[in-house]
Amino acid sequence: METMTGAELMVRLLERQGITHLAGIPGGAILPFYDALAQRGTIQHILARHEQGAGFIAQGMARVTGQAAVCVASSGPGATNLLTAIADAHLDSIPLVAITGQVPLAMVGTDAFQEVDVYGMSIPITKHNFLVRSAAELLEVIPQAFRLAQSGRPGPVLVDVPKDVQNQKISFEHWPEPGVREPGPEISLPAIEQAAALINEAERPVLYLGGGVVASGAAPLAVALAEQASMPTVMTLMGLGAMPVDHPLSLGMLGMHGARYANFAVQESDLLVVVGARLDDRAVGKASAFAPNAKIVHIDIDRAEFGKIKTPYLAVHADVKAALAALLPRVRPQMRKRWLAHVAALKARYPLAMPGRDDVRQHYGLIAAVAEALDDSAVVVTDVGQHQMWAAQAYPLRRPRQWLTSGGLGTMGFGLPAAIGAALAEPQRTVVLFTGDGSIKMNIQELATLAELQANVKIVLMDNRSLGLVYQQQNLFYGKRVIASRYGHGVDFVTVALGFGVPAFDLDGVADPKAALTEALTTPGPVFIRCPIDAEAFVYPMVPPGAANTEMIEA
Amino acid sequence: MIEQVAEPLPTSGFEKTVLELEVNNHPGVMSHIVGLFARRAFNVEGILCMPLPDGTVSRIWLLVFADQRLEQLIKQLEKLVDVRSVRQHGADHEVFVQAERFFR
Ligand SMILES: Cc1ncc(C[n+]2csc(CCOP(=O)(O)OP(=O)(O)O)c2C)c(N)n1
Ligand SMILES: [Mg+2]
Repeated sequence: METMTGAELMVRLLERQGITHLAGIPGGAILPFYDALAQRGTIQHILARHEQGAGFIAQGMARVTGQAAVCVASSGPGATNLLTAIADAHLDSIPLVAITGQVPLAMVGTDAFQEVDVYGMSIPITKHNFLVRSAAELLEVIPQAFRLAQSGRPGPVLVDVPKDVQNQKISFEHWPEPGVREPGPEISLPAIEQAAALINEAERPVLYLGGGVVASGAAPLAVALAEQASMPTVMTLMGLGAMPVDHPLSLGMLGMHGARYANFAVQESDLLVVVGARLDDRAVGKASAFAPNAKIVHIDIDRAEFGKIKTPYLAVHADVKAALAALLPRVRPQMRKRWLAHVAALKARYPLAMPGRDDVRQHYGLIAAVAEALDDSAVVVTDVGQHQMWAAQAYPLRRPRQWLTSGGLGTMGFGLPAAIGAALAEPQRTVVLFTGDGSIKMNIQELATLAELQANVKIVLMDNRSLGLVYQQQNLFYGKRVIASRYGHGVDFVTVALGFGVPAFDLDGVADPKAALTEALTTPGPVFIRCPIDAEAFVYPMVPPGAANTEMIEA
Repeated sequence: MIEQVAEPLPTSGFEKTVLELEVNNHPGVMSHIVGLFARRAFNVEGILCMPLPDGTVSRIWLLVFADQRLEQLIKQLEKLVDVRSVRQHGADHEVFVQAERFFR
């Protein structure tokens, strides 16, 4: 017979889930849990400086490992501060367990101090959520939270625990089994056979890889399928890394800021094999004009994605890893010389222009120089803006889980805490963050967390003194009426970073910027590198609002 | 950031249909379900809900328009953890026909 408080039970159930780190900020309603953390001494608590930071630190851990990670906040403002990071995890299908303290059950509904209905608020942005009503329920809820977060299409789960439930004593006989990922749905062999036949018969097939390929660990199988069937391959923003960009069959990213040849190949395809992707509007453009001549084979673990944006010719409901494994032996090896030659011609005719690629003082050159200084073991994190799109276009991503970016929600402020989480979960790797001067300010307080942890995070700040992506759109689509996208007042970022305790320098004043960059990137520990970027540099090519992917504009 | 552009959805001329849901009976289930409809901009014309005799399961009857998004909505409903099953009936199902006399 085991007897303990609800709070201790929570900690012990987390231990049993294999949790070694969690990120959070304490407050009144979650203090019993923190006290249990202190007494057990088994889990390292990362004290974030803002709950959104804690949420993204946990996301960083989850994105590099694929395992559910945990963030913690107190009731009221602590809980509301977590919400953006939870919504971000929801849109990018990241397994996250968020634990919030709540006012005592008897006070719920009385507008008590720091009471908010975080259960109600988080319904639309979680896979599932719980308001725990007794310590005994924790025995079921905590393992179930992990099971749900990691099973099927992964996502965030919120567990709201009133303070009196944390203090309640409970006795029980048996520990519950930890919650683990459930096996995927049973595969329909006829569907797999039909998919194989469609691939075998197609003349101009294209493989379309999304974040689900990364999530299910299916990247090697996807590459094998592409090679066996000689299928040119495009990736979504979330799918980058699934196939090395310099693989002969890779066309890189498709969509709004993808290469023109990638969008043209999709346009001309007669079969589009969409794997682990939801056909997001940034990837697809005007849906009715997307891949007009293609039969779509849609393979996904979430049935609700079939027909949401495009009606598939064939839907295969499966874990994509299992589906690809079943598909491979049924797909006939082919050379497809004509189609590949045509795609090569598209590539030659519409190359992805990267002006200034050899100049470390320009955006593409900076990204290329960073990549040159690092190897494929590095993790690449971004914030949101032009710098994110340039990195997506120019960084030679070569392995799944190498690339961490806020895709679906596009959350400025994602980068720094996510990079910290990645570095904590995989301390053997170098983590490089490409951020913007707008984004970094949205969670800049986490520089203090970074300084404290001395994690191996290299911050490359691309400072154009503007909300560049907004500035670009006002220039291109709003008659150059620039409002609220240029910063009138510049920030001395180097001084700020130094003030937080992170070594920092300005690439601007350095005699040999490439050498300085390489040295900073290869010296262990945190560093902050401020790099001036021309505010008039825009992201090209670009699909304008409402246009089809084939109507891209160039510089 | 740029406005998303989509063809406007046709909004009239759809048949009504009745959905029958079996859900776990605990506080919060109703918010999950009605929240899903609101979030996906799908109108619910009528709703009835009662626990089944053993108390652990509730049955929810929904009267909705069978527009082109209904199939998508049903799939989303089926993803909710507390939804055990979803069945679709014709609009003439007697549950709302009988309830009508309370709405005069
Ligand atoms: C939290 C949040 N607020 C607003 C936006 C809208 N937005 C998208 S990109 C962008 C500008 C980002 O500026 P910066 O981080 O400096 O990157 P840059 O585009 O200049 O490289 C803005 C405001 C957003 N994506 N996220
Ligand atoms: Mg900027």
